[in-house]
Amino acid sequence: MKFIRFLKESFQIVIRGSKRYYLWLAFLFILILWGGSGYILQLKQGLLVTNMRDSVSWGFYIGNFTFLVGVAAAAIMLVIPAYIYNWKPLKEVVIFGELLAISAVIMCILFVIVDVGNPLRLWHMVPLIGKLNIPASLLGWDSLVLSLYFLLNVVVVSYLLNTLFYKREINNSKLTPLILLSIPIAIGIHTVTAFLYNGFAGRPYWNSALLAPKFLASAFCSGPAVLIILFQILKKTTTFEIKQEAIWKIAELMAYAMFINLFFFGAEVFKEVYSNTEHLVHLKYLFIGVGENRDIVMYGWLSLIISVIAFLLFLIPATRKNVVTLNIGAILIWMGVYIEKGIALLTPGFTPDTLGQIYIYRPSAIEVKVSVAIFAIGFLIFTMMTKIAIAIIFEDFNIDSLRRKKALPAES
Amino acid sequence: MSVKKTVLSPNKLNRRNFLKAAAVTSSTAALAACGSKEAREEFLQRDFRSLSQDQIAKVLQRLETQYEREYGVKFTVSAKEPIPETFFGYALDISRCIGCRKCVYACVEENNQTLEPQMHWIQVLEMEKEKGVDFLHSNLYYDHEEVPHEGHFYLPVQCQQCKNPPCVKACPVGATWATEDGIVVVDYNWCIGCRSCMAACPYGARHYNWGKIQLEAENINPDTHYLGNRPRYKGAVEKCTFCIQRVREGRYPKCVEVCPVGARKFGNLLDKDSEIRYILENKRVLILKEELNTQPKFYYFYGT
Ligand code: SF4
Ligand code: SF4
Repeated sequence: MKFIRFLKESFQIVIRGSKRYYLWLAFLFILILWGGSGYILQLKQGLLVTNMRDSVSWGFYIGNFTFLVGVAAAAIMLVIPAYIYNWKPLKEVVIFGELLAISAVIMCILFVIVDVGNPLRLWHMVPLIGKLNIPASLLGWDSLVLSLYFLLNVVVVSYLLNTLFYKREINNSKLTPLILLSIPIAIGIHTVTAFLYNGFAGRPYWNSALLAPKFLASAFCSGPAVLIILFQILKKTTTFEIKQEAIWKIAELMAYAMFINLFFFGAEVFKEVYSNTEHLVHLKYLFIGVGENRDIVMYGWLSLIISVIAFLLFLIPATRKNVVTLNIGAILIWMGVYIEKGIALLTPGFTPDTLGQIYIYRPSAIEVKVSVAIFAIGFLIFTMMTKIAIAIIFEDFNIDSLRRKKALPAES
Repeated sequence: MSVKKTVLSPNKLNRRNFLKAAAVTSSTAALAACGSKEAREEFLQRDFRSLSQDQIAKVLQRLETQYEREYGVKFTVSAKEPIPETFFGYALDISRCIGCRKCVYACVEENNQTLEPQMHWIQVLEMEKEKGVDFLHSNLYYDHEEVPHEGHFYLPVQCQQCKNPPCVKACPVGATWATEDGIVVVDYNWCIGCRSCMAACPYGARHYNWGKIQLEAENINPDTHYLGNRPRYKGAVEKCTFCIQRVREGRYPKCVEVCPVGARKFGNLLDKDSEIRYILENKRVLILKEELNTQPKFYYFYGT
């Protein structure tokens, strides 16, 4: 009952806000409608409206999915340094990290839904009801760990916010194990997603043991990048307090993660270039093109250069501690990892295909539209949840203030 | 194996019914949109391997009515089980194949493959004699007035019917499996269309229905098998089945029949006197990408 009351009151928070807030919501809704129309078309005509074909059978949707799994995972992994370095607002770091994780997982699930040809049949994947093919299928595992991760985060966040709302003591003996559990699962979702690609022996570009470690390293860059920006916004607009050192520390950790990421990348390039087997062709497709086909070369280099610049910005203390360069770095890292996961990981793995044929894949307008809609849904969910969290944590939104305001009779 | 009566304990039955009921309720919204009895049955249909004989009979009937209505042709959909003591294998004579693609188009018609975007279960690769079997330098889209083209040879590739099939492993819902007679099949009604299997297959053998199926009424083959050439669905995967609708009746796959130079051989690997066994024992055969340990039952050989 109490939880329902909390939800009801939270709903009031979500629907009320400044003009800027309404404008932002309206903007997101327009994007959702616009992109949703693309999805309706896709439902009618099939995935024909995408540019995926038998040769390149996964594209922009699964690329976005992969990227977002990283964001979801890393948001929670940030809890580890928060514990170790004892950052002051640990609770806040956890809450906002989890909110980000929840929104990211929702987007992940949506990207899978729009990618399958028969969304109505998705119940076939539900354990017990359908026929989930585990332990064999990695997509099976992925769906399982993702749902688990999602549930766990929802439970933790609702517990935390609900407790804060009712101004009760947080029961750490219950909460801490859950948070600690979410860390290995966070690592798990990203590892399993990497294994999903990794396990295809017929696709040499992905069939490298470095793939999962590389995934974790790059996620440790992209997830915190979002939080860095968010924390600064919160600091400016609310009474949110986070030690500046904590932000610098996050940036420093990101620099290390980016270094590891780049190092792994270098190790793979060495292996391929020096041994110069026919598997080199995928890397070639990404960085110099194969024959006339230089379609994604630009993105290969862009992602690499951006990542190096961001790495340097975060490595050098002067630029790390400068607000402007710090934020530029965070945005660059985001872009770098986005291109890496969305394009550089996926497309070259399929090109040339297993029979050596080249199909040039570029996302179609519909694919872009649908993806924009999914991002808009994610942002919408994140905005609303963050608004509730901010109200509870910083704006004195709780049961007492409500009672005072409405002069409600005390609840027994 | 393909048709198996599932034995369930009463307890389990209850649970299953309960779960089914759960599935029904959770999907009422979806059903509201297409609420006919047929659509409901189709939506709730379980995977082929857990259907009882009775259920299978009902499904086949439903499909026959559906297909007739949709394509204006009378269909038979069978679910004939494997012939005992058979394990199929295939052999293709590289030295004979001239790259005429007769098999490709015969396969399209025999198996009711969609015409838009064109689907070919058999892909004939043109390779340079100097390079040997080399996929990277092969050409799928060769277009000469006359074949064979000088300095080239041809390598048709279709599902290799792996004994250790990576596609089966990859499927999150178990919609694709190897039958007792050695054919890797897809339950087109259970496939969710995630395309994991396509990423997993090292031979480009799995094909996807990107759009609605397009068939020409006059070219439709109405003699079909549930796991084979019956018309498929938008958003589901399909592949070569050794013409399951024919071989389980003791006939040859269509491609074997139409090849003008007799490059294609097919038979029962368990039968000592079969032609396929003769080839394996007396010719030097090779399999594609043996390093992947997929263990194909599709062999290539040099007959001359
Ligand atoms: S060739 Fe491909 S589709 Fe056929 S059994 Fe092997 S992995 Fe599966
Ligand atoms: S596309 Fe169909 S058969 Fe292939 S893995 Fe997905 S559900 Fe299984």
